[in-house]
Amino acid sequence: MSLLEIENLSVRFRIKGGWGRSAWLHAVDDVSLSLPRGKTLALVGESGSGKTTAALAAARLVPASEGAVRLDGTDLLTLEGETLRRARARVQVIFQDPYSSLNPRLRAGAIVREPMDALNTPPKAERADRVAELFAQVGLRPEQQALFPHQFSGGQRQRIGIARALATRPELIVCDEAVSALDVAVQAQILNLLRRLQAELGLTFLFISHDLGVVQHMSDRVAVMYMGRIVEEADRGPLFSAPLHPYTQALLAAVPSIDRRRRGRSAVKATGETPDPLNPPPGCMFASRCPRAEALCRETRPALEEKSPGHRAACHFPGPSGD
Amino acid sequence: MSLLSVENLRIELALRAGPAPVIDDLSFTLEAGRTLSFVGESGCGKSMTALAIMGLLPDVGRVAAGSITFDGADLTTLPDARLRQIRGNEISMIFQEPMTSLNPVYTVGEQIAEVLRRHRGMTGRDATARAVELLDAVRIPNARSRVTAYPHEMSGGQRQRVMIAMALACAPRLIIADEPTTALDVTVQAQIFELLRDLAHDTGTALILITHDMGAVAEMADDVVVMYAGRAAEAGPVEAILDDPRHPYTRGLIACVPHLTADPEAARGDLTEIPGIVPPLASLGASACLFASRCAHVHDRCHGARPPAFDCPAGQRAACWLEERA
Ligand SMILES: Nc1ncnc2c1ncn2[C@@H]1O[C@H](COP(=O)(O)OP(=O)(O)OP(=O)(O)O)[C@@H](O)[C@H]1O
Ligand SMILES: Nc1ncnc2c1ncn2[C@@H]1O[C@H](COP(=O)(O)OP(=O)(O)OP(=O)(O)O)[C@@H](O)[C@H]1O
Ligand SMILES: [Mg+2]
Ligand SMILES: [Mg+2]
Repeated sequence: MSLLEIENLSVRFRIKGGWGRSAWLHAVDDVSLSLPRGKTLALVGESGSGKTTAALAAARLVPASEGAVRLDGTDLLTLEGETLRRARARVQVIFQDPYSSLNPRLRAGAIVREPMDALNTPPKAERADRVAELFAQVGLRPEQQALFPHQFSGGQRQRIGIARALATRPELIVCDEAVSALDVAVQAQILNLLRRLQAELGLTFLFISHDLGVVQHMSDRVAVMYMGRIVEEADRGPLFSAPLHPYTQALLAAVPSIDRRRRGRSAVKATGETPDPLNPPPGCMFASRCPRAEALCRETRPALEEKSPGHRAACHFPGPSGD
Repeated sequence: MSLLSVENLRIELALRAGPAPVIDDLSFTLEAGRTLSFVGESGCGKSMTALAIMGLLPDVGRVAAGSITFDGADLTTLPDARLRQIRGNEISMIFQEPMTSLNPVYTVGEQIAEVLRRHRGMTGRDATARAVELLDAVRIPNARSRVTAYPHEMSGGQRQRVMIAMALACAPRLIIADEPTTALDVTVQAQIFELLRDLAHDTGTALILITHDMGAVAEMADDVVVMYAGRAAEAGPVEAILDDPRHPYTRGLIACVPHLTADPEAARGDLTEIPGIVPPLASLGASACLFASRCAHVHDRCHGARPPAFDCPAGQRAACWLEERA
C-alpha cells in the first residue's frame, strides 16, 4: 500500500489587489498523487508552479482548501492535538532555503538535537551520540556543533538542515530543493547518502528539484507541475525517454549540459508568457507557450488522463516532440 | 585596461586561533562584456571573493594583501563614500539568499523603486513604472499587479527574479551574481541566462557568475576559476577546462554531477564522490596542496609545497604538481 496518498488536493491563497479588491490564487489545483513506501516521487516544474505548496500542504504545514492526504491510511488533514503531533513526527521537511529555516541563535548541535527534544525520542542519554552520528553522516566536523548558523557557508548550512530532518528517523521526508544550494561534490555525497539511508531505513522521499539530472538519478516516479496542476506523471524511464507533454519536452530540452555546448544561444527558447495565475485562461495553461497549441487548447482545459499504463498526461495532443 | 583586475588578493578572517586566509593569492581579470564563472566547493571562498569586490566583507574579514582594480581605481584603498557610490551604481550584486536580502516589510515594487530613487534620482511615479518594467523584464507574470506583493507572497524563484530586477535597476557595468538561478527551473533559467547574455552583448555589462552547475558554466561563461579552499585550483577559458580538465579536483567536479542519461532505464550506481571534506579554516595558509588529502594522485611533493599555477597545453593554468613540465 502507498505510504502517502494525496487526493484532489487544492491550496488557495487570497491575494490583495489595489482598491481593496482581492483575488484567489490557485497555487495547487486538484492534485492527486500516490507514493509507495520506500520509493521516491519527484516533483518538478517551473518556479511558482506550486511544488513547495503542494508538499507543505501534504505535510500539513500549509492549510489545504480541499482534498485529502493519507499517511499510512490516516487522513492527516483531519487530525488534531497529540495524534497530529505524532503523525507529523513521521514527516520531516528539508527546506529549500537553509538561511531562513535555521534558528540563528542556536548552535548547530542544538539545532540538530531540537526535534529529538521536541518529540522526546531517542532517550535523553543517546541524543548527544545521535547528533554526533548525524554530523558525521552529512559531512560536518564534530567541533562544528559549537558554531552558529552564520558561521557556516551556504552549503554547510544545508547539511545542518538535512541532519536535523533525519534526527527523529522519520518515514517520509520532503526534500524541497534540498541539494540545490550544495556544490556538486557535496551534492554527490548527499544524494548517495539519501539513497543509502533510503535503502537502509526504508525511507520514502517526496523529492522536489529543478535539476533534472538529479531527479533522473533519484526518482522512481516523476510528476511534472505547471501552474498548480500536474501536467504529466510517469515512471522515471518513460518520463525521461518518451515524455508526452510539450512542457516536459521543453523542460528536458532546456537542461544546460557540458556535452551539448552550443554557446551563445539557449537550447529551447521557452517563448511566450506564462499566463497570470490570478486570471487563468479557460483552456490549457501551457497553450500560450506551446508550439503545438491549436484552438481547442485555448478553449478547453485538457484533463489529466492515463495515456498508457501508469503514464498520465494532461494534453489534447500528447506525443513525441517534433524535433 | 581590464574593467576588473584582481591581483594577489589575500583575505584573512580573524579567528580565535589566528588569522586564516579564506582567499589566498587569487588573481584574475575581467573585460567588459565578458562572463567569468567561479565554481567550487561550498565554503571555498566564492562568496567571500564577491563580497570583497563589493566592499562588504564581514567584520571579521579584511583584505590582507593584493589589489582589486575596477575601472582604474583600487577598491581596497578607496574612501568609503566613493566605494558606496561605485557599489550600487556601477557594480551590483545578486545575493545568494533572496529571503535575507529582501526586506519583508516592504513590497517588492517599493524596494526596486527605492534603488531607482537612491541611485538614479528617479521620482516616485517614474520609479514605480520602471519597477514594473524591470519585473516584466525578469519574466514575473502580471508584473503590474505583482509589484505590490510582499516577498513572502512569492515563490523562491520569483523572489530570486526580484533580486535580479533590483540588480539591473541601476544599469551597472559589473553584475556579480551569486548562484542566481539556483531556485529556478531550467526553462526560466534559460530565459534569465538569455537576459544576462543580452545585457552583456548590448550594454557591455560584465558578469561574474558564481555557480556550482558546470552546465551553467558551459552555457554562460567565457572564463572559469575553479576554487578550492580559498585558492584557484584551475583557471582559464571555459572550453579548455571542460574539454581537458587538468586539476584532479576539476575532474572530480565534472564527474560527480548526475547528467541526464540517454538510457534512463539503466541501473543507477552511486555517484562519483570526491571523498572527504574541505580542510578546516585553520589549515588554510599551509604551504602544501590543500586538496592532497582527497586526491587520488597524491604524492610526497603535494604535502611539502604549495603548487604554483602551471601553464597547460589547452590554455588554462592548473595549480597541481602533475602539471609541472620540464
Ligand atoms: N503565503 C503565500 N501567500 C500568497 N501566495 C503564495 C504564498 N505562498 C506561495 N504563494 C504563491 O503560490 C504559488 C506557488 O508557490 P510555490 O512556492 O509552491 O512554488 P514552487 O513551485 O515551490 O516554486 P519555486 O520553484 O520557485 O520554489 C506562487 O505563485 C506563489 O507566489
Ligand atoms: N562571518 C563569518 N565568520 C567566520 N567564518 C566565516 C564567515 N563567513 C564565512 N566564513 C567562512 O569562510 C569560508 C568561505 O566562505 P564563503 O561564504 O565565501 O564560501 P562559498 O564558496 O561562497 O560557499 P557556498 O558555495 O556554500 O556559498 C567558509 O569556510 C566559511 O565557513
Ligand atoms: Mg519551492
Ligand atoms: Mg556562497
